[in-house]
Amino acid sequence: MSFEVDIDVRYESFAVAAAFQAGPGITALFGTSGAGKTTILNAIAGVVKPQRGRIAADGQVLFDSNTGVNLKPEARRIGYIFQDARLFPHMNVQSNLLYGYRRTAGTRYAEPDAIIALLGLGHLLNRKPSSLSGGEQQRVAIGRAILASPRLLLMDEPLASLDDARKVEILPYIERLRDELKIPILYVTHARAEVDRLAQAVVTVENGRVKVA
Amino acid sequence: MFELSPAEWEAVYLSLKVGLWSTLASLPLGFVLAYVLARVQFPLKSLLSGIVYMPLVLPPVVTGFMLLLFFGTRGPGGKFLSDVFGITIAFRWTGAAVAAAVMGLPLMVRAMRLSIEAVDRRLELAARTLGATWWGTFFTVTLPLSLPGIIAGAVLSFAKSFGEFGATITFVSNIPGETRTLPIAIYSFLQSPGNEGPAVRLAVLSVIVSMAAIIGAEWVEGRVQKRLKVGAP
Repeated sequence: MSFEVDIDVRYESFAVAAAFQAGPGITALFGTSGAGKTTILNAIAGVVKPQRGRIAADGQVLFDSNTGVNLKPEARRIGYIFQDARLFPHMNVQSNLLYGYRRTAGTRYAEPDAIIALLGLGHLLNRKPSSLSGGEQQRVAIGRAILASPRLLLMDEPLASLDDARKVEILPYIERLRDELKIPILYVTHARAEVDRLAQAVVTVENGRVKVA
Repeated sequence: MFELSPAEWEAVYLSLKVGLWSTLASLPLGFVLAYVLARVQFPLKSLLSGIVYMPLVLPPVVTGFMLLLFFGTRGPGGKFLSDVFGITIAFRWTGAAVAAAVMGLPLMVRAMRLSIEAVDRRLELAARTLGATWWGTFFTVTLPLSLPGIIAGAVLSFAKSFGEFGATITFVSNIPGETRTLPIAIYSFLQSPGNEGPAVRLAVLSVIVSMAAIIGAEWVEGRVQKRLKVGAP
């Protein structure tokens, strides 16, 4: 699977231009905060509409300003993992995990038993999100995104709100995902150590400009 | 002391009927208004919220008078209802329900609006990236998370409708068995000397119903809040 993006997003006081490709494995989007990394992810997910450009995954066009294609977020099959886990507070862990899974019949490659085992979530299924630690919440959020069988996974500083002990707890799971899933993962971070440990490719974002390393 | 006469029962029953129907009938409109006020930006939005909230501050007799002008037999709304549907609401219990709904709407919309505004929109975004459509997100995330405010709004509207006086008596008058709700019955008893007994009985009853509604709503709300409790990020 592969993924390509070439977009301009302009706000009144800020502009982001990004053009790069990503293959299977982790591509780090690396840069200081405020550089426009999250804007790029939001445009890819379909939350922000670029003024110009093209986004395609697996040969399918998700956005193209020339032809007017602009798929809704739910039609893009792009998983998005946020800095905060954003679990649904009124559902238990199992319902959270299956939320996307139930909506992706026909195009699935991820199955609950395997993902629950991969992320070590078996003992948490009946718990409410509010009773989980930050690290556990983030693992559930990762499982929830994977179980929607996305063709591309966006991770927006998934470790930034966790303390060091929790980061150490999550990192091996992200490495396992990288090695076992055959999809591209775009991993936004401003932490050099995470880039060195996880990423196969690095895209640097500076003041809204992208440099491919 | 607490034996109610048939006339008093009639007033209690009528107030319950008016309260229930006005609350049920205004729920959908109330929710749509609350959602629009909470989420949609458009010109003249303050005009819409002004109209919705106006009965809260307007003298109730003015609200009732405006309803009478509009829904009375010669008013445009009243004409429309009787020509198209063959319905008259002026001086009927249905008119009392309409007056009660108008008076209860600001309380209902306010409670619902606050709880819709409190729903974390980032959760809705997460739902969309997981494949849920706008409507799917609405029914699985937005609606359940704003449930406490919906319940609170419905109960406040019911309590208000149950005891509405000024707009009701102005719009539908004081007809025993048709529009003489509990507060209007109390008022009628107080018009002639020696009727303090029934007036006190009905007053105590209305205090009990109002307290029960508010305590009941707080209890349900507490249960729902607990179920929805949001943990640390």
